[in-house]
Parts: sequence; structure tokens; C-alpha cells
Amino acid sequence: MEPIIQTERLSHIYSAGTPFEHGALVDVDFTAYRGEYLGIIGHTGSGKSTLIQHLNGLLKPTSGRVLYEGQDIWESKERTRETRFHVGLVFQYPEYQLFEETIYKDIAFGPKNMGLDEKEIDRRVREAAQFVGLGEELLEKSPFELSGGQKRRVAIAGVIAMEPSVLILDEPTAGLDPVGVEEILGNIRDYHQAKNATIIIVSHSMEEMARTVDRIVVVNDGRIPFSGAPREVFAHGDELEAMGLGVPAMTRVFLRLRAMGVDIDASVYTTGQARDAILARLGRAPRLTAAEPASDKGGAV
Amino acid sequence: MALKDITLGQYFPGHTVIHRLDPRTKLIFTVAYIVALFLARQVVSYAILLALLGVLIAVSRVGLKSILRGMKPVLIIVIITGVLNLFYTAGEGEPLVSFWVFHIYAEGIWAAIFMVLRIAMLITCTFLLTYTTSPIQLTDGLERLMNPLKAIKVPVHELSMMMSIALRFIPTLIEETDKIMSAQKARGADFDTGSLMQKARALVPLLVPLFISAFRRADELAVAMECRCYHGGEGRTRLRQLKFRGMDVAALLFALVMCVGIGVLGRFGL
Repeated sequence: MEPIIQTERLSHIYSAGTPFEHGALVDVDFTAYRGEYLGIIGHTGSGKSTLIQHLNGLLKPTSGRVLYEGQDIWESKERTRETRFHVGLVFQYPEYQLFEETIYKDIAFGPKNMGLDEKEIDRRVREAAQFVGLGEELLEKSPFELSGGQKRRVAIAGVIAMEPSVLILDEPTAGLDPVGVEEILGNIRDYHQAKNATIIIVSHSMEEMARTVDRIVVVNDGRIPFSGAPREVFAHGDELEAMGLGVPAMTRVFLRLRAMGVDIDASVYTTGQARDAILARLGRAPRLTAAEPASDKGGAV
Repeated sequence: MALKDITLGQYFPGHTVIHRLDPRTKLIFTVAYIVALFLARQVVSYAILLALLGVLIAVSRVGLKSILRGMKPVLIIVIITGVLNLFYTAGEGEPLVSFWVFHIYAEGIWAAIFMVLRIAMLITCTFLLTYTTSPIQLTDGLERLMNPLKAIKVPVHELSMMMSIALRFIPTLIEETDKIMSAQKARGADFDTGSLMQKARALVPLLVPLFISAFRRADELAVAMECRCYHGGEGRTRLRQLKFRGMDVAALLFALVMCVGIGVLGRFGL
């Protein structure tokens, strides 16, 4: 796979030279590949927010490099600014950044800063609104009349409208109800598929990660201890636990089973996989469909 | 832009003698020091006050660097004051330098030096107060000192509550500003280049969300305070009682001696 964004020995020190100095990132080598659906996980203060703010040039590395399509993003001022249009970043609680009179204008803020012409801006705004499921009739309304979940979708549309090849979202589902969470995740997936964009989602919810991403990067204490497919990462159950992260509930059950001496594959994180693993253990072939009542058998073991 | 680097009025935690003094003592001492500064006329008085300030800085362990950094925003005012005094103080005798309409006299040079010193020392001593006293202590001290004003219906408690809330939210708002700025920059906003008009317009995406969040926070805080039955200062007790101790008395006596001493020195033209 072709790397789209990379960091090389990236370090960042906050408040250098004052009593409040502390290192947020230490020699981080990070790679995201084109078209990948990537998750970054780490607890509060682990350095994950610092890391993503380097990826679009909002923070300048204390040492090390950040490469977008193989080129240093700090090469020139223009290059840094341009990178921000290719690497879209949606902050945590983005609904607090809305400022325009109408939703249309707010979504158009990014494309306008790119210097696009009216027609192209119009196309992008409408398309972005569609991606996040905002109806045409809402576009002329004030963003402040909307509910919290809708506001957040407007804010996400504001970044999507720049049509970035890499879309980074910091805790996009924080504080939403389960229905809102599913909707937002669905919107992001739609954008991912339609534009073959690289998606990087920051979260500390293991369950959500397990369901959505192809690969997980774990950030702890300003370093990346390990990364890989969800299965591989969740196999490090104890280490994750020690970092205060924990594993999905299903994985935890299976790790406990193993600890109790049951010889079973513990790298599961969905109910479907759990059923298959149990059936495999019982010596039966796993069924293909998930919605059958037969899956209850797994629970009886 | 690094908004976080602003140190104006920031508290540096510590356990030195100066940190442990009662905030009222420190407030009174600061006022006394300023009075003494204005009583000072000549070199000897200034030297004494400057030495005293040096000792206070050393004892408080704040560090000269932080003081100088805090001085930066007012540097221009200090320089302008110095230059104006230099040129506009008329003296007796011949001017030292003359060009065009300007004449510089020896008195002017002295006036400029004293004026710059006075302002610098005034700012430094107030910085020392805010560097070594937490905002809560400071407002507590102010409230207690202004207590007698209640007799003439000044809402002392409300004023000090407003002040402590304002102080409490300065870092929060700075952080918020940083965050919104980053978010808008991520959408290509440009805060640094362009004409003055463009720069002013570029602030709209920053100021609108900032005001909205400030109002939201105020609202939430008001509700939270009401939920805890806050109803003003009437009958309210404190977690930390302020108490004058031996060193406070000593510091206040010293402040008195300092003011009188400098005043007397002024009489003798020192």
C-alpha cells in the first residue's frame, strides 16, 4: 500500500524553556496509507491530539518531519497552508466553531478559503451537506437553531466540503446518543467509500474502533507501542489494560476464559466472531449468517 | 501566535515566605511600596527601593526572567514616557544637546531615568504580588480589606466574586481561543497576513464562537451556583480563614517604616 501521510522521528515539546515544559511526543514514526480506515487510540493526555495536529501542520514539530505524499509539509509557507486543505481535521466538539449566519455559509468557509469559484463552492457545499445527511431546506437556516448532533454534522460537512484526501476526526461521536453515533459513523463511512479518502479516527472507545477501522495505532505516553489490525492489537489485552485503555467487552470475556484454562481463540471482538470461536472450540463448522437463532447456542456454553 | 505565553497576572505556585504571607499584608505592602515610590525624589531613595525590590524578587524565587517577560507588553509605554521626559523637561543653564526644536538638559536625563525606573518598579512590584498570590487569595484579601465599605452600601462581596470569576476564566478563555483558532486554521483561515481590514474581518470566525461559548459558560456557571444554593455573601463562611501572623505584622511595620523613611529622606533632598 502507498503511504499518504507519514511522520519521521517526530517529537514535540510543549512550553520549551519554561517551568511547565513537558514532552508530548517522542520520536514518533507514524504512517497512514492511501484509502485506509485508521483508528488512533490512547487515553487523555497520551499525545494523540498533539499527533493529529501535526498531520495538517497546525503544530510545528520540535524535531523530526511530517510528510504528505512524500514531501515535507514545512518546506514552505504555501505548502503548509495547502496541506491543510488536503488533510482535513475535525476537532473534538466541532459544533462550537460554527459562526456564520447560515449553515450554507458556514460549510462554504473552507472552500472559500481555498479560493474556489462560486459554482464549485456551491457544488461542494451541497455535496458535503448530503454526505452528512443535512437536507436542502436546512441550508439557509442559522446553525444555532439546530440540535447538538445536527450542529456537529454541519461542522463535519464544513471540513468535508474541502474534499480532503485525508480526513481526521478527533472523537467525532463524543457526547452523542447511540443513534447519533451510528449516523455520524455512517456519514464518515460514506465519505470514505465515495472519495476513497483516508480516514483517521481518534477515539478511546474500543468497541467503536473494533467495529469501524481496518487498523489501530495505539498511542501511550507520547509513543506508539504497537499498531495493527484490531485482532492483533486486542491480543495485547494486558498491556492495553496497563495503559488504562481496556479491550472490548467480548475480548475481555474470552481473555478471561483463556486465563481460566479454556483453550480458545481470544482475538475476537464482535459477537459474530465470538460465536465462531466457540463453535470452532466445540468442533463444529461456523455458520455463515449472523442473524440466526442458532447463534444462541454459543451463549449456552 | 502563542497566546499561552502571556504571563500577565499569572500565579507561580511556591512556598517561600512571600507566598505564605497573608494576601492582605501583600496588598497593603504593595500599596505602601507604590506610595514610597512616589515619595522618592533622589538617587538614594531610589537605590533603597530598588535594592528592596531586588531582595523581594530573590526571596520569592520568581526569577528575573519571568518578570522581564511580563514587562514586554508595557515596554512601549515605558519607552515613550522616557523619551517624552527626556525632551520636554526644561532645566536651568545650558542644554547639553540641541538640535532642531529639541533641547536636552541634564535635568531631562535625570527625569527620564527616574520616570522609567519608577514605572518599571511599579509594574514589577505589582507583578510580584500576582506572581506570588493565587487569584482566590487575592480576591479574598481584597474582600476583607474593603469590608468596611459595606457600611456605605458598596456590594463588596459581589464585586470580589465577579473579580474571582473573571480571573478564573482568563486561562479557560485563552485555551478556548487557541482551540477555535486551530479549528478555523484547519479550514484555511488566515489570521496573520493581509491588510488591517482583512485581519479584522478574519477575526469574525474566532470572535463569534468565543462569545457564544463565553455566554454558555456564564449560563452554566450561574445554574451550577444556584444549584448549590449560592445567594451572595450574607452569612457565608470560608474554607480558608485569613489570619495575620507574626511575619505579617513584621511586614506591615516594615512597610510603615519604609514609607516614613523615604518621606523623611525626601525632606532632606536625598
